Amino acid sequence: MAAVCVSRSGETVLTCNPHLPPGWAQEEVSTGTTIMAVEFDGGVVIGADSRTTTGAYIANRVTDKLTFIHDHIFCCRSGSAADTQAIADVVNYQLSFHSIELDEPPLVQTAANLFKELCYRYREDLTAGIIVAGWDKRKGGQVYTVPMGGMIVRQSFSIGGSGSTYIYGYVDSSYKPGMTKEECLEFTANAISLAMERDGSSGGVIRLAAITEAGVERKVILGSELPRFTVS
Amino acid sequence: MDDLLESDWTTEEVSTGTTIIAAVFDGGVVIGSDSRVSAGQAVVNRVLNKVCRLHDKIYCSISGSAADAQAVVDIVDYQMELHGIQMGQPPLVQAAATIVKDICYKYKEELVAHLLVAGWDHKYGGQVYGTLGGMMIKQQFALGGSGSTYIYGFADSAFKPGMTKEECLKFTKCALALAMNRDGSSGGVIYLVTITSKGAEETVITAKDIPSFYED
Repeated sequence: MAAVCVSRSGETVLTCNPHLPPGWAQEEVSTGTTIMAVEFDGGVVIGADSRTTTGAYIANRVTDKLTFIHDHIFCCRSGSAADTQAIADVVNYQLSFHSIELDEPPLVQTAANLFKELCYRYREDLTAGIIVAGWDKRKGGQVYTVPMGGMIVRQSFSIGGSGSTYIYGYVDSSYKPGMTKEECLEFTANAISLAMERDGSSGGVIRLAAITEAGVERKVILGSELPRFTVS
Repeated sequence: MDDLLESDWTTEEVSTGTTIIAAVFDGGVVIGSDSRVSAGQAVVNRVLNKVCRLHDKIYCSISGSAADAQAVVDIVDYQMELHGIQMGQPPLVQAAATIVKDICYKYKEELVAHLLVAGWDHKYGGQVYGTLGGMMIKQQFALGGSGSTYIYGFADSAFKPGMTKEECLKFTKCALALAMNRDGSSGGVIYLVTITSKGAEETVITAKDIPSFYED
């Protein structure tokens, strides 16, 4: 016998039948998320939290949302995990083919525009907010944001994902042009930590990467080492 | 021509989109707000003071439906005046917060308004109470309104317990300015009220005195 309690707002809150699937198995997998990228003279710093949710269940608490696109180009993914993984796979393929044809490392702007083409063309079907960041010889460190809807714009720094709404005030007040790589890393770690504190869909560890001409340097900040701000 | 006759704003509910904030410092509280009132996309009042007096040293700031908030403030204002007279001494901030909370909880299905209550009393000094959804919660600082989501990170990082009055004014001013920059439903000027044992001091911050930050 199936017994279901319905709350005042009409949502199902309790299921007594063990044969019905749990709530979280019927929800889409989403990278709830906080993602961020910052340009500095000589490269970019990118960062993300590590939580993937299906409804209220955390499907993966150590997700890597910083995805390799090319040697000096990464993307930060937010939105539907399936959509963003599929898009990143396609762009990865297209870019490596393009790079072989050109016999040269590809431009960050090229990678960003490939994302934009897919995200704009299939805008009705996709839920993907992506930040593309990397280094190339022509323009150095660059950050391009491709939010839902499929526009593209270059910014000196960009934040995205559900947790980003809480840190607009912090990044607007703390960003200064001309920061060094270390200052950018600290800025990114602080911002993501603040967002993880307030957004239920963001949490876990902070994954950071610094991309320069020399290559990619990855770092993880574990829960116990997160920058602390909370006042009780 | 049809647009003028049937514009959105005449049919949209009037809402104080808003950013409101209150914070405790060593010796009192600062409570502040922006000044924008929107009906859909139209700004119907760009200079509304959303920080309302409940008693000499107790103020509240309002967000949500302008009508609902004003109705609640009117009731609480009356009851606080009566309470002050009956007690023969200035009422506690807790009393005001409790009356606000009782109304907001009893009518929570009908009301769409969030009030932050802050003030100074002789027993507990400076206090800030949030009453979102009909609860009453004492906090060191409280944020409210649609613009508040953008400044949680800033407030978490910048607030320090035991600030001076000047530091607290700077904190609330910067927080409001940052939110007004990002939230379409917040803007205009900044109203601040500083409440200490000496009384309440109201200030307005306009245009070029509003702090500005990096623009790309």
